Amino acid sequence: MLKDITLGQFFPGNTLIHRLDPRTKIVCIMVYIVALFLAQGWAAYLLMTAVTLLLMAVSRISPKRIFTGLKPMVFIIVLTGVLNIFYTKGTPVAEGWIITWEGLEKAAQMILRITLLISGTFLLTYTTSPIALTDGLEKLLNPLKKIGLPVHEMTLMMSMALRFIPTLIEETDKIMSAQRARGADFETGGLIKRAKALLPILVPLFVSAFRRADELAVAMESRCYHGGEGRTRMKQMKLAAIDGGAALFTVAFFAAVIVLKRIGI
Amino acid sequence: MAQLQCENLRHVYSAGTPFEKTAIDCINLAFPQGQMIGLIGHTGSGKSTLIQHLNALLRPTSGVVTYNGADINESKISRRDIKQKVGLVFQYPEYQLFEETVYKDVAFGPRNMGLGENEIRERVLEAAHFTGIEEELFERSPLELSGGQKRRIAIAGVIAMRPRILILDEPTAGLDPAGSRQILDNICRYRRETGSTVIFVSHNMDDVARIAERIIVISKGNVFMDGRPEEVFMEPEKLLSQGLDVPHATAIAMELRGRGIPIPMPVCTHEQLVAAVAACRRGPVC
Repeated sequence: MLKDITLGQFFPGNTLIHRLDPRTKIVCIMVYIVALFLAQGWAAYLLMTAVTLLLMAVSRISPKRIFTGLKPMVFIIVLTGVLNIFYTKGTPVAEGWIITWEGLEKAAQMILRITLLISGTFLLTYTTSPIALTDGLEKLLNPLKKIGLPVHEMTLMMSMALRFIPTLIEETDKIMSAQRARGADFETGGLIKRAKALLPILVPLFVSAFRRADELAVAMESRCYHGGEGRTRMKQMKLAAIDGGAALFTVAFFAAVIVLKRIGI
Repeated sequence: MAQLQCENLRHVYSAGTPFEKTAIDCINLAFPQGQMIGLIGHTGSGKSTLIQHLNALLRPTSGVVTYNGADINESKISRRDIKQKVGLVFQYPEYQLFEETVYKDVAFGPRNMGLGENEIRERVLEAAHFTGIEEELFERSPLELSGGQKRRIAIAGVIAMRPRILILDEPTAGLDPAGSRQILDNICRYRRETGSTVIFVSHNMDDVARIAERIIVISKGNVFMDGRPEEVFMEPEKLLSQGLDVPHATAIAMELRGRGIPIPMPVCTHEQLVAAVAACRRGPVC
């Protein structure tokens, strides 16, 4: 069950989207998110959905895979929708109902917006390897080094965190099995009993996480790691024609969303 | 009827996804009461998956595991009860220690069984006796002890549940020779004094040849060989073809035979090798 967590997962491929420079992808996805929040009216939403589906098709990430990733978010998405149904003023659906037509419309748009938001970010992580992602992020944040922000260290921590998610999940699975073999019960009992039952998992997990961190630090030091100063990369990031194309596409798409908002369809 | 039995056991991980993998294919095995069984097979052969079925930690994709004739996966209760009858010690069990003191950690299993304080104390003392843990250690933190001590405490934690069958996954992995000898001696004594069945996974063929009465070789999710050590090590080539080792004594005997000295096979322990060489010297053949 823990194995189903797909956070930070990457599906290798060689599509147009996969080949884009990570920096381009990060910037484009940010523009995409801003556009998503500026969008108003069904025409804009339709455009956003069409673009998202197009991106899925181009990157060969099936909508099914995205939906599997969405599963853990279903609760939040549905809750947002339900709240919007009840808290929007307007014409009631029927005499004496709290539910309004405007509420239903807003709820549908909200659900669509969150779904697209998550799908878009999934497209980024599914098509970009964690290393490329953090490298891109580091390059993008580079100017912040001037004001003393430890950009290299931050992105390094991020890539390590991503790297260790599957390891720790596996470890948790193992510890749970072992404690279960000693009769530990994680499924029954009230909230307090269940919280207490987590102790036999958490203590060994923390111990091993610290041990791993320690070993990793020693391994890095013994390979002469001493921070980002003067560090070069094996994979040099270079902007290519497709990056220009992607940028143009994003700008056009952003402009279209703004125009549709102005027209107000 | 054997105490524990697997019939047509099959387990597929992540069925229906691109990551689908058949870990064990079709395993039929019977474990009679009181045997000392060595389980060998190279990494990824399905040993660990198999042993996790024996106490219902994993549920078979198809096939059944029975304990004294009853299906252990029959109900939630049977799955809980079997964990008290079949004790499983995982690989590197010291990483599961979590309590503040050694005593509390060993008592974790019995406490989960809902026993009284006196009964728990008795069992902890008994388990400590079998694993050679001195009473002075009881109030220490398990995390500050040596690797070998931690390992023995973790094994004691399972023994304290008084399982009828004790399963150990590579109990000596990563220990120094003295530490691993001590653990094996403890396990042998535990079996001698309680008459329990013991199944242990090992990559050390000398250990397996020395203490096991029966050896089961697992390969590609199936039982590849099953028999007394002399029978299994009778065909060293077969084991070598599976990427497995043979005991040192067997390797020496093979080498001698290869040089034209007709050492009578099977040879799997040093004592047998000495006897075989002696017999060969006396014999008329050489």
